[in-house]
Formats: sequence, C-alpha cells, structure tokens
Amino acid sequence: MIVSYDLLVNALIAGVLLGGFYVAVTVGISIAFGILDIVNIAHVAFIILGAYIAYIVNLHFGLDPILVGIVTLPAFYALGAVVYQIYYLSFERRGQEALRGLAFFFGLLFITEVGLILVFGVDYRYVSAIYVGPSLRLGIADFPLRMVVPCVAALVMFGVLQLFLSRTFTGRAIMAVSQDPLALRLMAVDPIRIKRIAFGISVATAGIAGALLIVIQPVEPSVGREFIGRVFAIAVLGGLGSLPGTVVGAMLLGIMESLTATFYGPSWAPAVAFGFLLLTLAFRPQGILGR
Amino acid sequence: MRWTNFFLIAAVVAALGVAATQFSSNDYYFFAAYVVLQYVVLATAWNILGGYAGYVNFGSAAFFAAGAYSTVVVHKLYPLPLPLLIVFSGIVAGLIGFGTGYLTLRLRGVFFAIATLALAVVLQTLIINWDFVGGSRGAYIIRPHTFPLLGSYMKYMFLVMLGLAIVAVSVARLIERSWLGYGLAAIRDDEFAAEASGVPTLRLKLVATAVSGAFMGMAGSPFPYIIGYVEPSSTFNLAYAVNAIAMPMIGGTSTWIGPVIGAILLGTIQQVATVTISSAVNLLIVGLVLVAFVIIAPNGLVGLAQSWMRKRK
Repeated sequence: MIVSYDLLVNALIAGVLLGGFYVAVTVGISIAFGILDIVNIAHVAFIILGAYIAYIVNLHFGLDPILVGIVTLPAFYALGAVVYQIYYLSFERRGQEALRGLAFFFGLLFITEVGLILVFGVDYRYVSAIYVGPSLRLGIADFPLRMVVPCVAALVMFGVLQLFLSRTFTGRAIMAVSQDPLALRLMAVDPIRIKRIAFGISVATAGIAGALLIVIQPVEPSVGREFIGRVFAIAVLGGLGSLPGTVVGAMLLGIMESLTATFYGPSWAPAVAFGFLLLTLAFRPQGILGR
Repeated sequence: MRWTNFFLIAAVVAALGVAATQFSSNDYYFFAAYVVLQYVVLATAWNILGGYAGYVNFGSAAFFAAGAYSTVVVHKLYPLPLPLLIVFSGIVAGLIGFGTGYLTLRLRGVFFAIATLALAVVLQTLIINWDFVGGSRGAYIIRPHTFPLLGSYMKYMFLVMLGLAIVAVSVARLIERSWLGYGLAAIRDDEFAAEASGVPTLRLKLVATAVSGAFMGMAGSPFPYIIGYVEPSSTFNLAYAVNAIAMPMIGGTSTWIGPVIGAILLGTIQQVATVTISSAVNLLIVGLVLVAFVIIAPNGLVGLAQSWMRKRK
C-alpha cells in the first residue's frame, strides 16, 4: 500500500491534537478510578451534561463555550461532592462498593442520558465560536483550530492539576489518601473530606471536557457511551494512579484512532480503544507507567 | 421449596401458557408477555454471574445483540426452526462471554465490568461495518405468519420464550444449590479466602460467565423475528443492559426468585408505561428505581421480605 506523505503527517497531527483532548476527558477518571478507587462510569454522562450546558449558554448568550466550562466549574465541583457523599454513606462505609456502587453509577449514567434525551431530544447540537471554522496551514500540515484550542485548553488544565496535586498540601493528601488513610488521620486530616474534594475536582474536569467536546464535534446524549471504552482504556493503558501516564495513554490512543480513521474509515475508530483496553488488561494490567 | 414443588409450579405455569394461546386471539397480549419473559431470561442470566459471584456485567445488550445477529446470519444462510436458532445463538454468545472472561477475569472484578461496557461499543462497531447483516442500515427479516395448531406465529414465539424462561430459571436454581453455586458465593464474599481454601475461582467464574452470556444470547435470539427489522442501535439498546441489572437488584440478587420477581414487576410496569406514557419516561423510571433500590434496599424485595419475616418471629 502506498501511503501518501501528506495524509500520514496530517493524520499524526490530528492524532496528537485528539490525544490532547482525550487528556481532558480522562484526567477525571484517573483521579476517581486511579487514585480514589471509585469506578465512576457516570463520568462520561457528566461530560455530555457539560457539553449541553456550554451549548445552551452559547446559544442564548453567545458566550464562548470554553469560558462557560470554566464558569461552571464550581457547579460541577458541588455535583461531584454531593455524589461522593451519597456514595460514601450508601456504599463505601458499608463496604459494598463493588457490586452496588457500580450499579449506582451505572444508574446515574443512565438517568443523566435519558434526562438529556427527554429535554433536548436526540438531535445533534453544536456551538459557534470564532475558532470552530478556520485552520492554520504550515506547509503541508493542517492545524484545524477547533482541535488546537481544545488541545491547548486540556493541557493547561492538566498542568494546573498536576501542579496542585504535587505542590499543595491538599493535593499531596489526595495522592496519599488511597495508599494510607490512617497516616492522613494521624496528620489531623479527614480522609473522607479529602476524598470528597478529590472527587469534586474529578467531576469538575468533566464540565470542562464537555465544553471542549462540543467545540470538537456535534453532540447528542448517547455520544458519551463511545467515550466509556476510551477513558478507561487510556486510564488503564497509562497506568492507574499515574497522571503523566494518562497523557502518554491519551496521545497513544489519539494517534492510533486517527491513523485508523484515516486509513480504514472513521466507523472503525471506536473499536481501537477496546482493542487497546483488552490487550493491556491481558498483558500489562499495571499500564505503561504504572506503579 | 423442594425440587418436586418447583417443577410442579413450572408445569402449571407452562400449562397456563399453552391454555392462554387457545383462549385469546389478541396478538398484542402475547407480544407483551413475550417481552416480560424475555426480561425474565435476561435478568436470570445476569444474576448467575452478577448475583451469585458478584461480577457486574454491563454488556448485557452486547450479548443480547450477539444472539439476535446470530439469528440474522443463520436466517440469511438457511432459515432453521426457532429452537435450533436459539441454541446456536446461545453457543455464540456463550463463546463471547468465555473469551471476554478469559482475558479479564484474572484481574479485579471492576476490570471485567469495564471490559463488558466496552464490549458493547466494539461489537456494535463490528456490526455497523458488516454489510452481510445490513450494517448500520439494518436488515429486514421476514418471519412466517402462521404456525401449525396455534394459529399466529406470535403465540408460538411466546410459548418458546416461556419454555426458555423455565429452563433458564431451573438452571439458575440448579447452579445456586450445587457446588458451583457455593463456590461462586465464596468468590462473592471473599475471593482471596476462596482461592486459599481451594476453590478453583477462575474456572468457576469462566463457567458462570459463559452460561450467563449464553442465556442472554438466547433471550435475544428470536428478537429479529419479533420486530422484523434489525438495526444496530435498537438491538444494542442500553435499555437491555440497564434492565438486566435493575431487575435482579430490585428483586434481590442472592436467590433465583429475585430476578424473576424483579423482571415480572419491572417488565410489566414498563409495558404499561410504554403504552400509556412514553418509552423514554419509562426508562428514566427504571434508572431512578435502580438507584433508589441500591441505596435504600440493597437486598431487594426478597431481602425486604426476609427481614420483615424475621421481625415477626
């Protein structure tokens, strides 16, 4: 097969940009699942919720979708804190998180999705912003701005989170909470409070990721399901609990999906994530940068 | 309940089903009953792995669709009679369950759950790209209109599904009270302790996954004949996955009767709600009821009944 050089270069660029966006989608799961050990499969539904909020505000007030994502951060943080409190009281404290906790999050996922369908229907929605249309050209390379802007925003968000987790006391407490909650208690820190904060942050990232998602592609309520395989594939691939691993995993998956879409057709792309996930689980369950 | 009583009740239920086909001629009732019975099979199948072993399968829709599309493939090649189609679908779905389990069941249970979630997306991707079964456009399946002795074919499908439901529930009951069931219960309570006391955990989990997947596939097998037109998004409908989890959770997951109660209750409510309100609203109700039950009544209706009986003593 003769591969066109242009096509390959552009597929790689698109893959890296897509991978950057996947960082935003996955970082919440890396915190919830990787660090706190909470299998929040409703995360993708919260992302779609964020996309719809960005859509409504953009439609009625013409505000920039990413700005909307930042403004709604406190709301998503509060949502996360409330969900964690329910989860803790109902499941974690009773030691029933395995079976019923999963069912709980699955129910949340379903309720959010059906709720959005009831309100908005199943039509695809999109936003308008100055960077949605145009693209930069450097030689043969094409940089569509609707991919570049979300990628940059995602990496900035990731950088801020990484700084917060490694430099502040609360951040370090979050990294420590799953390893040794007793030691945290000895330092006069309430592990439940730390977990609540961490889970709030995790859900808050979903709000931003949703705003980025609707910049990249039109959204309808069930798009979220395509992301379930992706986010967990990336989180597992990178190594659970490792935030730098998340970036590596996201880039890898983004590039593989972009190459698949370019050379085999976009309808095959969703299968790539699953292939990755199964192979990783079967051969290297601790991930690339895992502990 | 002893086995003789169990089979007596099963025989009475079957006889009532056959009698019903002679007295009523309204096909809609048989369709509604068929859907409820299909959920009895689906919920019972989910419970064999989810309830007994504590391993959550989110991909019920994928197994259901695997069964349905097996039927489409066979029907296109050579239209076999319905019972044979069901057996074939069961084998295909059972193998898929075995394969997924083989790759992921060595790890913590949550990885299996995630893999089944992703499995649904990938199987759907494969079907969408497979032109032989219609791809994303879907395929028409013409079913026979009549069946000898019964009249309408719908009645026949109702009886077949009734038979399948009885078989599925019997198998679930058999597993529950055999060494297999005790082994699975040990895995659910403490997998490390089970492994340490000599329970072959991986083998038991694989058997449970394959049996559970097979029954889900069998539940989906007659689906193309029911609706006449198969396309990926209705066949892989998330509603199957949600119902398969919600029904056992609401009925109670530790015994065979729990999923049956949950499926009959929730299935009937949904049939009524679909006709009177809308199908989206009734799915929302299922989601809310699921969340409410896992929080408030973690052992389901059976658990509520048991604690009520204990209090009276």
